[in-house]
Amino acid sequence: MSHEHKDNVGAKLGMWLFLFTELLLFGGLFILYSVYLSRYPHEFTSAGKELNVVFGTTNTVVLLTSSLFAAMAVTSIKRGEKKTTLSLLVATLACAATFMVIKYFEWTAKIHHGIYPGSPKLAAGPPGESVFFSLYYITTGLHGIHVLIGGALLAWIGTKVQGGRLNAGNNVMLENGTLYWHLVDLVWIFIFPLYYLIL
Amino acid sequence: MSSAESRQPVAEGFWGDTGKTGLGSWIFSTDHKRIGLLYLYSVTGFFLVGVILGLLIRIELMAPGKTIVDAQTYNALFTVHGVVMIFLFIIPGIPASFGNLVMPIQIGARDVAFPRLNLFSWWLYAIGALVVLTSLFTGGGAPDTGWTFYVPFSARTGTNVSLAVFGVFILGFSSILTGVNFVTTIHRLRADGMNWGRLPLFTWSLYATAWVQILATPIIAITLVLVIAERVLGAGLFDPGRGGDPIMFQHLFWIYSHPAVYIMILPAMGVISDIIPVFSRKPIFGYKMIAASSIGIAAAGSLVWGHHMYTSGMSDTAIMVFSFLTFIVAIPSAIKVFNWVSTLYKGSISLEAPMLFALSFVLLFSIGGLSGLILGAAATDIHVHDTHFVVGHFHYVMFGGTGFAFFAAAHYWLPKFFGRRYKEKPAIVGWAFMFVGFNVLYWTMQVLGMHGMPRRYYDYLPEFAPLNFVATVGSWILATGLVIVLVNLVKGLKSGEPVGENPWGGATLEWQIATPPPTENFEGDPVVTHGPYDFKGVVKP
Repeated sequence: MSHEHKDNVGAKLGMWLFLFTELLLFGGLFILYSVYLSRYPHEFTSAGKELNVVFGTTNTVVLLTSSLFAAMAVTSIKRGEKKTTLSLLVATLACAATFMVIKYFEWTAKIHHGIYPGSPKLAAGPPGESVFFSLYYITTGLHGIHVLIGGALLAWIGTKVQGGRLNAGNNVMLENGTLYWHLVDLVWIFIFPLYYLIL
Repeated sequence: MSSAESRQPVAEGFWGDTGKTGLGSWIFSTDHKRIGLLYLYSVTGFFLVGVILGLLIRIELMAPGKTIVDAQTYNALFTVHGVVMIFLFIIPGIPASFGNLVMPIQIGARDVAFPRLNLFSWWLYAIGALVVLTSLFTGGGAPDTGWTFYVPFSARTGTNVSLAVFGVFILGFSSILTGVNFVTTIHRLRADGMNWGRLPLFTWSLYATAWVQILATPIIAITLVLVIAERVLGAGLFDPGRGGDPIMFQHLFWIYSHPAVYIMILPAMGVISDIIPVFSRKPIFGYKMIAASSIGIAAAGSLVWGHHMYTSGMSDTAIMVFSFLTFIVAIPSAIKVFNWVSTLYKGSISLEAPMLFALSFVLLFSIGGLSGLILGAAATDIHVHDTHFVVGHFHYVMFGGTGFAFFAAAHYWLPKFFGRRYKEKPAIVGWAFMFVGFNVLYWTMQVLGMHGMPRRYYDYLPEFAPLNFVATVGSWILATGLVIVLVNLVKGLKSGEPVGENPWGGATLEWQIATPPPTENFEGDPVVTHGPYDFKGVVKP
């Protein structure tokens, strides 16, 4: 009971295993994407053109920057710079919020045009487009949920840094939190070209 | 959790050495043994629910036409029987209960790598179970899709599929976290000298299982999310009317659900690999091959999901590839069976309850495995697809396999944790009833299937009536055996004879510590100097 057990390698191993499961979760959606892309290449192309590349690119830059801040936060906590760590985490969260705001405008614009899963407009259009937009909403929606979860996780870890429980000697939790954040980033790196660029 | 007086002759171990009592000391405990018991009580409870539903299905099918329930209730019965048995009993069954109880001790650890995550897994299990149960009594009523939730029916039926599916999603999360925990534990917390070649085979099987849990479960999670999206948003991804493809649902579903049967059977094989050498007083034959075949089954088993879909409209090439791969999985399974039999050869066999369950596992699993080959070969599968042959086959491997192994494990390990044991005679009588009833029930089902009796049908032709009656009688014999076994176990563990440290003469680490084990298992950090089946110097009392 009094036995203190700390295993940073184990903690990171566990986190990596969990990240694999997250990748596979999105993997299911990417399988559907590839199958339906091969079935409806023309519909996917014309539907993909309706997505706003400017919004998508901005969000990619925002998310990549947030990952940079998160990685810098890990370096700075290892150097024992508590204040810098906290400001870097706040910057990460600010980027996350920006991402979600842009996503919100992007989605509402689309929904305004009658493009959402199960909408009458899509039901009347070619079947491939309906499939494309359903996949688009579910994939980016699930990704958005992960942005929120990752943001909440980093905010919670931030309070621990603030309270001094995470510090230069004990920071594996921050490292794991940022690993999760990089996963969120990584998934977006695949979503962005597949939906916005290559079509 | 009986009172202190009735446990007097037995040292308290983890039951009392923390000084904490009451419900809170259990449901908020991070001790792997307490969590293991929480799982054990929960899965056994759901097993009984599933058994009762199964008995009701058999009573309905006892005679043609309506016997006790109407068709809609019958559909709900077999759906809920499947969902409860698969997601609430058999997937968490052995790994989460006996795995939690035994595995950390077997590798010489004080606990799992992430004890709080372990507790969280149990809570997710409990919440998921609650959500599934709620779905039965709310909304449009209990789901009627079958446990496979096939679209398009699951997307359209008015019953409460969304909530049930969401419950299963939470259960999947629980399963993933247990997998992550076990892989990390086995990598990081092995005691000094506990190298991979000295890992007990039960732990090896849990290791392989945990990988399957990690790699396959996310796919069912996303599939279930998509079913909810179909129902709630009208996403149309599986709706042919809007460009979707229902076959894609089947692929995604079986990409998880076939490997899931290895989540169910691998730990059972591990139990058998640990029991047979102890009751043969002989080192296990082919340790390395048994360990490697667990990994082999986990790997090859992940590539055979298409054999559930021979009649779904895949290309012939795909069918042949999946059929070939299915036959490949039979090889590591057969390796295990041959090694168990070779271990028995010239052994000093003692037929006590755990051994009887283990031996019947080998026989029943072999029968189920061989009938699996009939289903794995595309040509023969077409004839028996969706018949009672499939139901019989599945129950031979899952109940005859995992179910019997569950009881083998209960008779083998539970005395260690309760400090008391059951009576031998009733255990054997109960086992005999179970074994006979089991074969009467499921062998008859396989014969019925060969004659063309479809699965999941409410009514059937009069020519199937005699055999259906026999199968139902078999279910009663089986249930009688179950009651005897369970009553005997519960009574014995509460107030039976006290047992010592090593009642069976096992050589693995769990038999070298006090009975019941103290909260942190070991006095100091153990150093392992011999293999798990090295019985030299181990005296059987």
